[in-house]
Amino acid sequence: MRITQGTFSFLPDLTDREISAQIDYALEQGWAIGVEYTDDPHPRNFYWDLWGNPMFDLRDAAGAMTEVSACRKAFPRNYIRVNAFDATRGFETTRLSFIVNRPADEPGFQLKRTEMGGRQIQYTVESYAASAPEGRRYE
Amino acid sequence: MNESTAPAPAEDSAGASDRVDLSALLADSRVTDVLDELDRELIGLKPVKSRIRDVAALLLVERARKQLGLNGGSPSLHMSFTGNPGTGKTTVALRMAQILHRLGYVRKGHLVAVTRDDLVGQYIGHTAPKTKEILKKAMGGVLFIDEAYYLYRPENERDYGQEAIEILLQVMENQRDDLVVILAGYADRMETFFRSNPGLSSRIAHHLAFPDYAARELEEIAQRMLHGMQYRLSESGLAALHEYIPLRMQQPHFANARSIRNALDRARLRQATRLFAQNGRPLDRDALMTIEGEDLRISRVFT
Repeated sequence: MRITQGTFSFLPDLTDREISAQIDYALEQGWAIGVEYTDDPHPRNFYWDLWGNPMFDLRDAAGAMTEVSACRKAFPRNYIRVNAFDATRGFETTRLSFIVNRPADEPGFQLKRTEMGGRQIQYTVESYAASAPEGRRYE
Repeated sequence: MNESTAPAPAEDSAGASDRVDLSALLADSRVTDVLDELDRELIGLKPVKSRIRDVAALLLVERARKQLGLNGGSPSLHMSFTGNPGTGKTTVALRMAQILHRLGYVRKGHLVAVTRDDLVGQYIGHTAPKTKEILKKAMGGVLFIDEAYYLYRPENERDYGQEAIEILLQVMENQRDDLVVILAGYADRMETFFRSNPGLSSRIAHHLAFPDYAARELEEIAQRMLHGMQYRLSESGLAALHEYIPLRMQQPHFANARSIRNALDRARLRQATRLFAQNGRPLDRDALMTIEGEDLRISRVFT
């Protein structure tokens, strides 16, 4: 099951040229670029691992793209996303975030039902991939 | 730009798509504006200017070749600027970034000026991320490394400068499309630097030597600077300047245009003092703008 998180996630995967173009747009807006990766696809997993530091004061996408490819090389089967952070007062948040790398095989989620008192049912989703320990998912 | 205004060599019986109009390309790139500006605003530096024109012509021809499907790979444009202090290395680097941008060789055309401190770290593992961060910032533009010879310290074999040089080399080789590196410094020390780093020297296609200015050129530069600061020299001021420059050139630590700038700054200082001394009289625009001979003659080079 294809994970759809962040911008463009319902589109086919972006090519490197399209990714550069998006990063260039973000830089034109004065946003800082960060690269993050994870192997836990749960939709509530907000805190992905940082790949290096966020990059401030870039002028061209080539700099960020070297980090993206370095991250892909290190974690070819993880999810990798590019974040564009807007430091303008009032925003101070991520303005754009999109996935640039995903595992070839995404097993999807299991719906878990827990019976509570009084025939109540609590639902939760759990990724099949996340049942393996960290670092050995998507092998 | 004599080479590039000549008509393109026409292939016989070829279609329109087989021809390319260099003068149209030239007009399209608007690079002539920058080159003319360079000619007008920078005094002297003949060899440097002609080399810049060569580079511009090369890039235009390269662009024309690309239009016809001839691909020779992008030329390497890393440069070294050598010359004494104050000969305009940084100024030219700034212009170079503009020219390369107009010719479409670099995408953004900004200049990132750094020295050893910005590239080399203070402890193990600090240098690589530091250098890489600077390189990332410079991508799409020009990286100007001032006093590049400080990167290499032969007397300390554990110096981290070597690490920075290695990373630099790798990027200079593999990401030629992404940035242009300009190394600058004084001629003699740069030569030793290149001798001990042959890998670096061989990756630099263009070595530009910045000549010292002649006294006449320095005078012109002084006038240009004063004009920029909205000052002017009186008759006696002009005469004083004319005497001052040859004297200053013989002093130790003479730094070409930079020394002239400093001299003018001191003259402004003395002009202000002089105006204060003759208090009482209201000052007109002319008095506030004029630097007199006495403002320059107080200088210690005359003693």
